[in-house]
Amino acid sequence: MSTTTTSHHDAHGHDDHGHPTGLMRWVKSTNHKDIGTMYLWFSFTMFLFAGALAMLIRLELFQPGLQFVRPEVFNQLTTLHGLIMIFGAIMPAFVGFANWQVPLMIGAPDMAFPRLNNMSFWLLIPAAILLLASFFVPGGAAAGGWTMYPPLSVQGGMSIDMSIFALHILGVSSIVGSINIITTIFNMRAPGMTLMKMPMFVWTWLITAYLLIAAMPVLAGALTMLITDRHFGTHFFNAAGGGDPVLFQHVFWFFGHPEVYIMILPAFGILSTIIPTFARKPLFGYASMVYATAAIAVLSFVVWAHHMFTTGMPVAGQLFFMYSTMLISVPTGVKVFNWLATMWKGSMTFETPMLFAVAVVFLFTIGGFSGLVCAILPVDIQLQDTYYVVAHFHYVLFSGAAMSIMGGVYYWIPKWTGHMYDETLGKWHFWLTTIAFNVTFFPMHFTGLAGMPRRIPDYSQQFAEFNMISSLGAFALGLSQLLFLYVVIKCIRGGAKATNQVWEGAHGLEWTVPSPAPFHTFETPPLVK
Amino acid sequence: MNKEEVVSSRGLRSAHNSRLAWRLSLIVLAGLLFGFAIAPIYDVMCKRYGLNGRADSVATNFDKTIKIDKSRWVTILFTGNTMPGLAWTFQPKQSSMRVHPGEISLTSYTAKNNANDSQLGVAVPSVTPEIAMLSFKKIECFCFKQQTLKAGETREMPVMFYVRPDLPSDINELTLSYAFYNGLPSADKAGLEASARNALN
Repeated sequence: MSTTTTSHHDAHGHDDHGHPTGLMRWVKSTNHKDIGTMYLWFSFTMFLFAGALAMLIRLELFQPGLQFVRPEVFNQLTTLHGLIMIFGAIMPAFVGFANWQVPLMIGAPDMAFPRLNNMSFWLLIPAAILLLASFFVPGGAAAGGWTMYPPLSVQGGMSIDMSIFALHILGVSSIVGSINIITTIFNMRAPGMTLMKMPMFVWTWLITAYLLIAAMPVLAGALTMLITDRHFGTHFFNAAGGGDPVLFQHVFWFFGHPEVYIMILPAFGILSTIIPTFARKPLFGYASMVYATAAIAVLSFVVWAHHMFTTGMPVAGQLFFMYSTMLISVPTGVKVFNWLATMWKGSMTFETPMLFAVAVVFLFTIGGFSGLVCAILPVDIQLQDTYYVVAHFHYVLFSGAAMSIMGGVYYWIPKWTGHMYDETLGKWHFWLTTIAFNVTFFPMHFTGLAGMPRRIPDYSQQFAEFNMISSLGAFALGLSQLLFLYVVIKCIRGGAKATNQVWEGAHGLEWTVPSPAPFHTFETPPLVK
Repeated sequence: MNKEEVVSSRGLRSAHNSRLAWRLSLIVLAGLLFGFAIAPIYDVMCKRYGLNGRADSVATNFDKTIKIDKSRWVTILFTGNTMPGLAWTFQPKQSSMRVHPGEISLTSYTAKNNANDSQLGVAVPSVTPEIAMLSFKKIECFCFKQQTLKAGETREMPVMFYVRPDLPSDINELTLSYAFYNGLPSADKAGLEASARNALN
């Protein structure tokens, strides 16, 4: 993405560092911009691959009956689609943004630990290879769902071991990356940039990084227990040996729910950056945004069992988790209202990043509300493992996280490449994505309410029409992302020259450096007033 | 800023950074320990609140101060099944029984080993509704220890139990269920895989 920076480097760089070139530039890179670029490309590749798996899922679900894939293969597709999208696409994309933007936004020359940064990225590659290769081992890829519940994950073949190992590696990568980000934010801010002057994106990543270092080790614990149950004769999750499969669900979701916020808080940060730019007003309620983000993070550790309402829990426990879950909508509501108040009476223009941001506010709120519906205990018992849940988490993860990432790419790509992207094609990509997304996932609310179970390759005739609509939407959604790829490549290759500020309403340190951002920035710290 | 100043401030900063990074690693360590600690915590919580059969595999002595509540009837339904990997036939001798709270009763299950070799079984009990579990007490049960059946052997397996009078008053029927697992972990896994293959074919 930043191959163009090479040619501009001589013009801007008066430093004495050698400028690496060729393949080794990327393999040995300790430059936060190069590593950010690699994270983003890695994430995009995984996004397209896991999206292709989703296309196969929707192909099978196009009509009732079994047409294209065998049920075991279908299960592998749903499992790996989930695993790769979460750990391979969304999380690395946000880390990519953090690498590119955090040092630029706080006026730091690079990340605190550039070599660790290189390691965090390159750990992703063996993990991705393990996940992809697991399709080709005897028995096929992991097929018990991305949550890897026992007993299926204890019984499965060697692909389960490969997935567990991949997640262990990804966990190490995330933890190391997060420690790096926290240290950078705490120790390397430019003089004068107090914590409460930091851009909102930096705040959301600071809190996300704390969530990561607290939650990922818990997942590591769950996975390790799974491994020892599989191979070393322990009985953590084996009822015959005095264990309990439900224990895994508790450990997993103790990690899993903070993980949900790990995937949405940086998206909130991107929204809080884009919306003020195109509303040409400062972010409304900055301090309340910071506190709301922190509140969401704290609450995320006490709601995990709402994923397990049907596992048998005392009523007191169910009520606790129901109310604590509903409580999360308060700080989330604060954020949504602040974005609306930021837009209120602003001189808004609707370039592609703003279109994505406004759509995310609208669609994420729908996902938030369906989440509230699922939080209601008696309702959830009906909706557990139906397509209603699938609709809910795609509204928060696709139209919340993934579309924020797309908006963020359009917003910052002029700074990364030095070129403006093609606005017309960008708008096409936006409208195609948004419409196709809704066509795909809105009908799932109805099929879910009518009782269609998730993760099943076949369904009753009564769901045929809605599923056909969903599948058509999904194919359009998948194809639209190729347009995104084209727009990005076109922007790297050329386009109108971007100014330093790029957007009329953009404020902050990253807009004071040239576009494209030179290889080295803020070698001498800027002074923040 | 001259070059020496930059260098020395960088040196300071990297010491600073390492210290913070090591402190942050303590959070990672705490997270890891907590992940494993959930297992024993869960065990204790389940025993305390009668969840998921944990309070159920322990023998209790009969509390002599308990009076039989003749005015109240509770129906106990019995059921049992074997899990994949154990070639046994296992069922209750009677499907239900009416008892008074506080009264000691005896029932039994029949297990037959259909395999050609002796097999080791472990029975995991559970009571529904869950809230009744704390009031359902077993004085003697075949589930307290592993059971070995020789090839073709049939055995009666008794259960001696009582229901405490503190059983919530809205409950007048409860189910006692046993799941019999193969007690050898390796055999268990092999059996599960075999039955998974059979299910696919």
